[in-house]
Amino acid sequence: MAFKAMTSKEVTKKVFNKENLFVLDVRNESDFQDWKIEGRNFRYLNIPYFELLDGIEEIMDKIPADQEILVVCAKEGSSVMVAEMLSDAGLDVSYLQGGMKAWSEHLEPVKVGDLKDGGEVYQFVRIGKGCLSYMVISNGEAAIIDATRMTDLYLEFAEGIGATITHVFDTHLHADHISGGRAIAEQTNATYWLPPKDATEVTFDYEPLEGGIDVTIGETKINIHSLYSPGHTIGSTSFVVDEKFLLSGDILFIDSIGRPDLAGKAEDWVGDLRESLYTRYRELSEELVVLPAHFMIIDELNDDGSVAEKLGTLFEKNHGLNIEDENEFRKLVTENLPPQPNAYQEIRETNMGKINPDTEKQREMEIGPNRCAVR
Amino acid sequence: MEANKVLDAKGLACPMPIVKTKKAMNELESGQVLEVHATDKGAKNDLTAWAKSGGHELIKHEEENDVFKFWIKKG
Repeated sequence: MAFKAMTSKEVTKKVFNKENLFVLDVRNESDFQDWKIEGRNFRYLNIPYFELLDGIEEIMDKIPADQEILVVCAKEGSSVMVAEMLSDAGLDVSYLQGGMKAWSEHLEPVKVGDLKDGGEVYQFVRIGKGCLSYMVISNGEAAIIDATRMTDLYLEFAEGIGATITHVFDTHLHADHISGGRAIAEQTNATYWLPPKDATEVTFDYEPLEGGIDVTIGETKINIHSLYSPGHTIGSTSFVVDEKFLLSGDILFIDSIGRPDLAGKAEDWVGDLRESLYTRYRELSEELVVLPAHFMIIDELNDDGSVAEKLGTLFEKNHGLNIEDENEFRKLVTENLPPQPNAYQEIRETNMGKINPDTEKQREMEIGPNRCAVR
Repeated sequence: MEANKVLDAKGLACPMPIVKTKKAMNELESGQVLEVHATDKGAKNDLTAWAKSGGHELIKHEEENDVFKFWIKKG
């Protein structure tokens, strides 16, 4: 039988459509345990490729004959080898093109809504890592929020719809991924905004993003109104776009809330986090559609692949917004936290401009899930 | 460290460093040591896990000018 390549885009479609897929992950066990391709109806078998060098007979009875099969490894090479062996044994299989490296970098644009006077908002779903970034487009101008380092994709997307990028924002200094914001602003002459309280150590110029600032995109006065909401970092700032969307950064997610410890200040910032979530956000309209900077679990995706929910619904359903007792809240966000993101200190230093690792090193630093949330 | 055989797997991408290591290992006697040089970043975790699952012992590893060196004793 034949074997063929499956792209990250094709796998993303299967995740969005909740299709069935049998994932044969041939990376070593610790890498698989740490991070894998997630899909609601995906099934898994993890067996390292180096256990299969003498043949695949021992796993043949564990591989379903009636399901689509995808062989996955870190960079592609080993999955091609195993896919070929399975194909020689009579199975119809695919391998993941570019491996988990490509999966980590894939961005899928999903439209999340229209603006009142024309224009639209797109969410870029980084499906493999759970990072979400945004493009707000109005009258030929575009703003980008929380861009990843895969900057070409945003530039091409803006060009494709005939928009000029005029403003680039980071809601906070990211610890889980390398920001593409500064690079995009440099290439397009756009203004780069960063919260000054997160930027005390940065080595570059930026426009200070503080609460109460209004930025207009396009001629139709689409307002991006900033709202100081510390807690995940001391500078964390949210945006209300067009009085309709709440870009919540890493403060509030769909089924979880931001963790306050990634800059080493959990105890200091837990009060800020509570104030942002339980007081400042409470003053906002419950009709706002929350657009976070991350998802943690695949169940947070809507049917169209977007990650968005009304603020009122989150006040009802998000556990992190419903902890009456302050001590209990403090415990949740400071104790038993998930492991910190891979290389998060180096990632923060890169985002400050202190170190400039090459692309290969940046890829390696970003390996794994984002881990910015607590549930 | 004294090795009975040296395998140059520099410049090879996964899975080749392990494929070659396995072949070289087949030619050694139990207790003999194979020295492997590789540049693939994944080699370290994979060789460690492979050696363990095959009953071999990873005696030592070091990194020198982006080259990873491993000494594996055949089990």
